[in-house]
Amino acid sequence: MGRYVIRRLLQFIPTVLGTMFLLHYMTSLAIQFSGNPVRAIFGDRTPPPALLQSITERLGYGDPCLEQKGNPCFGLFFDRVSGVFLHFDFGIDLREQEVTELVANAIPHTLKLLVIAIVFEAVVGIAAGVWAGLRGGSFADNLVKISTVFVISVPIFVLGVVVREFVGVKFGNIVREQEWLPDVVAYGFFSPGFKPDYPFASLLIPGMVLGSVALATTARLTRTSMMENIRADFVRTARAKGLANKRVIGVHTLRNSLIPVITYLGVDIGSAMAGAVVTETIFNVPGIGRLVTAAAREGESSVVIGVVTMLVLVVLLANLLVDLLYAVLDPRIRYE
Amino acid sequence: MSDATSAGTAVGGAPGKTSKSGKERNASLWADARRQLVRDPVFMLAVLYILVVSTMAAFPQLWTGQDPRACHTDQSRIPPSWEHPFGFNIQGCDYYSHAIYGARPSMVIAIMATGGIVLFGGLMGLLAGYYGGWVDGFISRLMDIFFSLPFLLGAIVFLTVIKQQNIFTIALVLFLLSWPTIARIIRGSVISSKDLDYVQAAKAVGAGNGRLMFRHILPNAIAPMLVYATIVLGSFVAAEATLTFLGIGLQPPTQSWGIMISAHQVYFLADPWLLLFPCGLLIGTVLSFILMGDALRDALDPKFR
Repeated sequence: MGRYVIRRLLQFIPTVLGTMFLLHYMTSLAIQFSGNPVRAIFGDRTPPPALLQSITERLGYGDPCLEQKGNPCFGLFFDRVSGVFLHFDFGIDLREQEVTELVANAIPHTLKLLVIAIVFEAVVGIAAGVWAGLRGGSFADNLVKISTVFVISVPIFVLGVVVREFVGVKFGNIVREQEWLPDVVAYGFFSPGFKPDYPFASLLIPGMVLGSVALATTARLTRTSMMENIRADFVRTARAKGLANKRVIGVHTLRNSLIPVITYLGVDIGSAMAGAVVTETIFNVPGIGRLVTAAAREGESSVVIGVVTMLVLVVLLANLLVDLLYAVLDPRIRYE
Repeated sequence: MSDATSAGTAVGGAPGKTSKSGKERNASLWADARRQLVRDPVFMLAVLYILVVSTMAAFPQLWTGQDPRACHTDQSRIPPSWEHPFGFNIQGCDYYSHAIYGARPSMVIAIMATGGIVLFGGLMGLLAGYYGGWVDGFISRLMDIFFSLPFLLGAIVFLTVIKQQNIFTIALVLFLLSWPTIARIIRGSVISSKDLDYVQAAKAVGAGNGRLMFRHILPNAIAPMLVYATIVLGSFVAAEATLTFLGIGLQPPTQSWGIMISAHQVYFLADPWLLLFPCGLLIGTVLSFILMGDALRDALDPKFR
């Protein structure tokens, strides 16, 4: 156990540095080949050279290595890494606001969205998977199998747009005409976008949309591992001992079947964050995802890089925790 | 997207010859698979749909005589009619021809990116699995690094800073961010088959590294790679549309399903067909690729026989 944790932690450091270098190198290459990103502020106007020069310097694009094509700019990379880890500095946007500040304002919404999504996919996905897994080959099993294939093949933005228009606008308009319903339901839950007045209720539907893609995979995983475990020897022993069916399924089968599911849910935090970019854009949630897309559309690369660096660090930490948790959950797992 | 990672691993192992009782015992894995696939109606339907979409992408003139750029703003959002089966879009262009011409960028991007990951990822996985040691350590760390960048976030960063959003840059981004998955699949199946007796025999006869890798070990890894590549084609079609929808993929004068969806999302309730046609084509394509991959996996896995 101790050895495993240490080796896993040692592996973590080069991966973090490598990922940050990858991001850094991609952006440096892009700047080297497509020119100074500061020009994007001016659009089609030509700025006076002195002004351009001073803004470039202040935003940190003044390094001469950004003009040599293919140069990996190690100096800049070390500055960025030490800025991130020593000063918690992720850069500034074109209006000189700290990226950390922008993220701090946006993160509560994203966190709420992620929690709703993960709770939704875990509860519904595991329930559907258990239901299908216990009755292999039945109607329930086929229903879960077919619906998961469909949900996987619908891109999340299509689902989001359709849900927003149908549930939020069309059905929501009918709901809003009913006088007797409380406003939280009519204007919060069924709102087609985020409402600052109902910060939790109006995030429920976006959260469910975000969770629905991984929901299908969760259900499939639970189904397969339930089906495998239900035939295992220890389950037969438990039955032979005369344990109640509830205990055989709930404790002996389900708990062992959940190991791969929990790993998947942990790894999924990364793709859920990426999916939040899409859902937040569609439902107009002022979270991190909308921050990234808005910055990407306006060509503010410094914000995009800063926020993505931060998110990648979070994803890597989550993966690390899942790996460690995995070792605790299943004592058989050892680092070779 | 998320399910695709686990797709190929199930096949793994060494398919080789499966000895079956009865008349079919001398058929090879591929002949068995072909027989099973031809009988599978879901697979045949999916193949048919993909063929239709591929001909749309390759020869759009076969499907429509209309020019997608001949637009008249006075025809904006006219509902479908017999002559114009998909109606007109917001700018008054024939929507059917847009839908036909929109197949090309998605398919071209998906095929280029998939070809790239199969060649490069396959080679990396083969080298890592075959040589082991420091080569494996280096390639595996490299894969970890690319893996830890969530797909959509990495694509947003790259496409934002590069500022040139065309078919080639999008395909390049998709390739860069997803080659490690296929490399992992190949690495796994190379490791599991490189110590098998027939490889040892070939080595004893004096086969070189290259011959061992490409003639003896690689054929065992082809089946899981094929399954994964089919599924990944579908997820690339979806990924291209998603990037375009977010405004960082293809840009408007091009025809693409993603652009059609994002440009008309606000008219959904008034004129639902503007959204239903591109969404239907897109979902159908993604679904067909996934179903094809699933059927291929079942057919190529001897364990399911």
